[in-house]
Order: sequence, then C-alpha cells, then structure tokens
Amino acid sequence: MRNETIAVLTSYAAANPDMMLLTADLGYSVLEQFADQLPDQYCNVGVCEQAMVGIAAGLALSGKRVALYSIANFPTLRCLEQLRNDVCYHDLPVTVISVGGGLAYGPQGYTHHGLEDLGIMAMLPNMAVTCPADPHEAETLLPQLLERRGPAYLRLGRAGEPVLHDAATPITLGKAVTMRQGSDVALLATGPILARANAAADILGERGISASVISFPSISPLDEQCIASLAASHRALLTIEEHSASGGFGSRVADLLMESGTHTRFGKYGTIDALRGKVGSQNYLLDLLPQIADRAAALL
Amino acid sequence: MEVVVGSAVEAHMDQLTNHLATEALAARLRAHAVRMTNRAKASHVGSCLSMADILAVLYGAAMRTDSARPDWADRDRLVVSKGHAAAIVYAVLAEQGFIDLAELETYAQNGSRLAGHVTKTVPGVELSTGSLGHGLPVAAGMALAAKRAGADWRAFCIVSDGELDEGSNWEAIQFAQHARLDSLVAIVDYNKIQSFGTVAEVSDLHPLADKFRAFNWGVHEIDGHDHAALLTALSAPPVLPTRPTVVICHTVKGKGVSFMEDKLAWHYKNPDDEQVIAALAELGATP
Repeated sequence: MRNETIAVLTSYAAANPDMMLLTADLGYSVLEQFADQLPDQYCNVGVCEQAMVGIAAGLALSGKRVALYSIANFPTLRCLEQLRNDVCYHDLPVTVISVGGGLAYGPQGYTHHGLEDLGIMAMLPNMAVTCPADPHEAETLLPQLLERRGPAYLRLGRAGEPVLHDAATPITLGKAVTMRQGSDVALLATGPILARANAAADILGERGISASVISFPSISPLDEQCIASLAASHRALLTIEEHSASGGFGSRVADLLMESGTHTRFGKYGTIDALRGKVGSQNYLLDLLPQIADRAAALL
Repeated sequence: MEVVVGSAVEAHMDQLTNHLATEALAARLRAHAVRMTNRAKASHVGSCLSMADILAVLYGAAMRTDSARPDWADRDRLVVSKGHAAAIVYAVLAEQGFIDLAELETYAQNGSRLAGHVTKTVPGVELSTGSLGHGLPVAAGMALAAKRAGADWRAFCIVSDGELDEGSNWEAIQFAQHARLDSLVAIVDYNKIQSFGTVAEVSDLHPLADKFRAFNWGVHEIDGHDHAALLTALSAPPVLPTRPTVVICHTVKGKGVSFMEDKLAWHYKNPDDEQVIAALAELGATP
C-alpha cells in the first residue's frame, strides 16, 4: 500500500502547490516519484525527526500543508512532543505518513516494530488517526486527511498487502466498513490484520459460529454508531489490531462501551509483550499470537 | 560635498534617535515585566530582563511588523523559543499595539489569554512555546517557506543559552545551513545562567561562536544590551552569503535591576511589593 499511497500523494500535490513532503531520509525506491516530479515541494531534511516536525510546523504556519514520511516509531514516538506542541496545539495541517506499522518490519527487530503509535497518536488533540487495511483504504483516506487541513496520522504497512475491498467500496474518514455480516460474534479489525480477521471468520463458520467482520480504517474519529449497533446485534465483540492490546483501538472501543453503559461480552486482540525480542517475518510473529478464532469463540 | 556631510550627520542623528527610542522602550518593557511577575507571583523575571534590549531593538527598529495586521504575509517572524520569558514578550506586543497595555494586568491570571508561557492566541505571537528546543526548527521551517516562495521576509528566533542543551536545536542548526536558509537569524540570549546553575557548571557551551562557525553559520557576537550593536547585527545582511546567521548576545540575567542581576534565584522568585518599588525606581518608572 506504500507505493500506491505515495502515487496518490504525488498527484494530489501536483494539483495543490501548497502541499509539501518532508522525509527524514527514508523512502528509498518509494519517494523518488514525488521528489523527481515536484522538487520544489519536496525536502529531505536528514535524519532528524524532531526537527522535521518543527520544520513542518513552520511551513504550515507559513501557509503550506505538509506530509511527513518515515518508519512507524520515528515520525511518531521520537518526535512526540513536537507533534503535541508544535502541530496539534496549533492545529496545523500536517499529515504524518508512517510505513512499517505493526510488525511489518518483523525481521528488523523490536526497534522497527510500531506497536504503540495508534494509541499515542489518538490521544493527541485534533489528530485524525487512520490505519488502513489495504491499498484501497489507504488511497481513499489520504486525500480526505489532506482536505481536512488539520493534524493527521496515516499508518501504513509496507508493500504488497492484498486488496481486500472492491474498488467501488466507499471509504470515509470516521466510518467503519462491513466486510461480512454474521450474528454471533463481531470481529472489529483495524489495519492489514483485517485479512486474518476474514480468515478467522471462515474458521468460526466451520465451527458453526456466525461472525461479522468490520473494518475500522479510522480510529479517531471512531465510528461510534457502528460500534453501538454491533453491540446490540451480536453476542460478543472482539477488537483486532496489530498493536499493543492495551491503549490502542480496542481500548478506545472499550471506553466507548463502558461510557455508554453497553454491557456485552468483549475482548481485545493485539500484540503481547512476549513478542519483544522475537525475530521473524510479520506472519511468523503474528502466528506466535493465539488464534483469533479461538479468542472469539472463547467469548461466547 | 556639503550634501554628503549633511546626510551623514542626518543618518547619525537618526541612529541616535533610534537608540534613544529603543532604550526607552526597553526600560518600559523591564518595568512591565517586574509589575507582571509581581502581580501574577510568576517566575522568570530574570529571563525577561536579560532579553529586554533584544526585543526592544527587534520590534522598535529591526523587524518589519505591523500591529494592525498581525497576519500580514510579508511580516518578519519572531519565534521566542525561550517561552518562559512570556511576560516581556506580551509587554513588547502591548507596547507595539498588538494588544492593549491594560491586558498585561491579566498575565497568568484565571481566564486570561496571557499564559505563563508564550502562547499563540495572543496577536503577534508566532508560536506557542514553553518546552525548550522547539522554536528553532519551526523558525527554520518558516525560513524554508520564505525561500521556496522567493519572499524577502526573515525568520528570527530567540533561544536561551540553557536551551541549547536540547539536541533538536542542533538538528535545526545542521539542517538550516544545508538548506541555505539565509533569512534565518537565531539570537542567543547568552546570560550564562540556566535553570539549575551556571551554564559553565551545568553544560558548558564554550566556545559557542566556534560551534556555530563549525556548522557553517555566520556569527555576530555582541553585547546584548548595546542597542547600536544589536541594531547593526539584527539589520545586517547574512554574514555568510546563503547561510543562516546567529547573533550571540552576551547578556546579564536580571539586567537593569541591580539586586536581580546575575542571580540564579531570579529565575524562580517573583518580586514582592517592596522589591517592585525598588526595581521600578532603578528603571526610572513609576509603580
């Protein structure tokens, strides 16, 4: 989804001369299309994420809209206070695009695993937080984030994620998308792990359990109406994310359920501390986690 | 010949008038800062006083601003990265007409828009600051915007000396010279005292000018209380063509109030009513 997203960004920026793209020296074989086509709207600031966010804020305060590009933790955690104070406090049009969300850079080790970004970004004021599941979600969300003219986070996987949606499926910031309709348990997934949620629904079906699968490309704003409706129409809800199970998408759904007085069987499926230090591909690491279908079935 | 001598004299007289005006402005700013920190029982009066002359020369003579149009696209920008010196920043904005002088009385009071650290909701403020090391990267971004747009406005940024311990400044210092941001001017309020001791004790910056020179910055090193030197340095074209400039201002923390000068305690203490009277008398102001 990485290359498709940058292609969309490039054509958007070509039509909007106020757009700029900054990178902290990452994006080899990805950003060249933008840099070559729009050199006046591009700047590699060097390996300095804190300064990159400050520079973005300075550009935004001078009338630009800015997209930032780097790997999961680098443009989020490394420069968290710059995002908080310089960007979000001032409500500036800066969109952070990170690649390698979750365990996408599995073999690179723990430093490159983005497992806390969604929760932390979603705590920041004015920040829209998105975690697309496939290239279609990423391509359609990016222009919406840019049009919003406020702080935004777009968390991408890497390259080669399968397309999970029909190209005509509308994807709207703040709205969930139903992938399949069931009645017993609802699997609420955000990000490319949606593919595993689909597979889990098949397994559950073989066990005689009817599962709905819903994609949540947008974590903030969250589709509260959809969650309320799922809670009313299913016996249990399981949130699924390639992120710490504590503090992320699942915790936001749990907050909503508790605050609205909705009592339902509920589980959060995410990464676990035992993965820290484990080395292997994204699929290898995800396979070390319990099976989604087992977790869902255990809720009933 | 006569004409040349005449205009030289005129220019000299203009300069003198300028200096008298900015010096008078600086004295008023100091008096405001003393009154404001007293009323709010707020810290950082020493940090305010050390940069009074810098602000007076910037707003009174060096910078292109218009209080009637705080968002004027071609204005010079000033980012005050040492956001704890908020009182005197609001004071200069009031003196210049960006806000009412009467509003200074609300500084750090409940419901006021004049927060204890520099805040952008106040007309004329370019960036909310308070956590150190944020301003210079943002000013670099502004200078980059000016450069890409071919605009002639400049981006000034006042940083404290202690603040230069923050690595984000050095990221920006490295970036700005590489990006040839010649409209960026960093101003170091080098008063030699930081939060928990002297700069020499805590994390010595010496030789500061050499550090900037090694990063390909043009350097002015001046007495930060000398208005003629300030105006020359802050108005001059870049020292190095195409590179950013730093004006290292040697200053005295608490400058202008004898019992506050060069004392760490006045980073934190606020003057009581008696001290206000004594301070204002030294500044030639009325309580």
